[in-house]
Amino acid sequence: MGELLRDAWVVARKDLALELRTRVGLISAVVFTALVLTVFNFGRDPTAVGVLDLAPSILWVTFTFAGMLSLNRAFQLELENQALEGLLISPIDRRSLYLGKLAANLVFVGLVEAVGLPLFALFFNVPVWDILAPLAAVIAVATIGFVAVGTLFSALVIRVRFAELMLPVLLLPFLIPPLVGAVQVTSRLFSHRPLSEVEGWLKLLLAYDLVFVSLASLLFPTTVDE
Amino acid sequence: MTLRSKGRWITWFGLLLLAGVYVRAIAFTPVEASQGGAQKIFYLHVPAAWSTMLAMGLVGLASILYLLMKDDRFDRFAACSAEVGTAFACVMLTTGPLWARPVWGTWWTWDARLTLTLFLFFIFLGYQLLRGAVAEPGARARYSAVLGIFGLVLLPFIHLSVYLFRTLHPQPIVLKPSAPSLPGAMLVTLLYGFATFTVLYVGFVMQRYAIATEDAHVG
Repeated sequence: MGELLRDAWVVARKDLALELRTRVGLISAVVFTALVLTVFNFGRDPTAVGVLDLAPSILWVTFTFAGMLSLNRAFQLELENQALEGLLISPIDRRSLYLGKLAANLVFVGLVEAVGLPLFALFFNVPVWDILAPLAAVIAVATIGFVAVGTLFSALVIRVRFAELMLPVLLLPFLIPPLVGAVQVTSRLFSHRPLSEVEGWLKLLLAYDLVFVSLASLLFPTTVDE
Repeated sequence: MTLRSKGRWITWFGLLLLAGVYVRAIAFTPVEASQGGAQKIFYLHVPAAWSTMLAMGLVGLASILYLLMKDDRFDRFAACSAEVGTAFACVMLTTGPLWARPVWGTWWTWDARLTLTLFLFFIFLGYQLLRGAVAEPGARARYSAVLGIFGLVLLPFIHLSVYLFRTLHPQPIVLKPSAPSLPGAMLVTLLYGFATFTVLYVGFVMQRYAIATEDAHVG
């Protein structure tokens, strides 16, 4: 177990070092998030729909879209110079490879969300400060779920024609449970309802994370098996 | 007799049974008190949904078996089951709105089960798109098996959200902890519908599987 996590950390550190040195992917994803939020502002009639009614959807559609676009790069960057083959013959457990990619993706998407959330609060004048801790927790739980599935699927579409299009087509149905759950919980948080009202959704979100992280690390070795 | 002609015979038998479902539903099953004649479509809609779920379940099962044994027949079966499942999903998704319009007053509503069966349909479509996009048979089988298993695991989450999301959909009336709440004559017609759609599923898959086997030998 210790070795598994240590190797995963090596893979994650490699990906993050690559990302932080070029910063192209990260900055593009942040700019994309800001743009989507702007588009949402002009995509509604402010006199007809109250912002609080729409806020949870705006937040989550933006996050899932930004997350989905970021996921493509995880394995795409390994295609150059057959880097993936190199990774696969390196003496590490393939589950470590998956967990490392997952961790790097989570940091990447987490950073995008960390910039996106204040922008969202600013643009839509939603007070998030006093519910920041539970909101961040919900964001984390929902993000882990969809990034876990997305990381595996991005390995699956790597050699497929139209990979950029195939990933969202395969992934979106799997985003529905975390998305619905996150929107439900977020809207209760925004209207200052007690969390006990959404206990079922929280359990569903946690179960989703647990099931899909385990399943994806179990199936990843066969997926990349040549 | 070849698999293909066996499949054809079973399909003809299933179609005959289907004619029986119509006769029984229209002439020999009492009219539901609050919904009137529109409720009759129930005897096609719910069995079609059953066959869709059955198809997805078997895609998942065949996918697990493929990954365990690496036997191409499981992969071929999963592909056929997914295709047939897509067809049944089309039946479910067309009969549903036809029933919903007179009873709920709307063709479509974003009720939990509707939304999520729609997404089940999308999983089937994605599964087939993925199969179409990977040329190498080994990789295609592996990738689609992984997607098939993920699809199957998503189903319980679909079912769970039925209970959590505010829903217009009738709650389960047959498979539930207490006794079925459907009156006897209606229950018999429904179970007969289930049997019919299962026979049709088997007939379709057998024919499709025979074609896929011929394809594999030719290609």
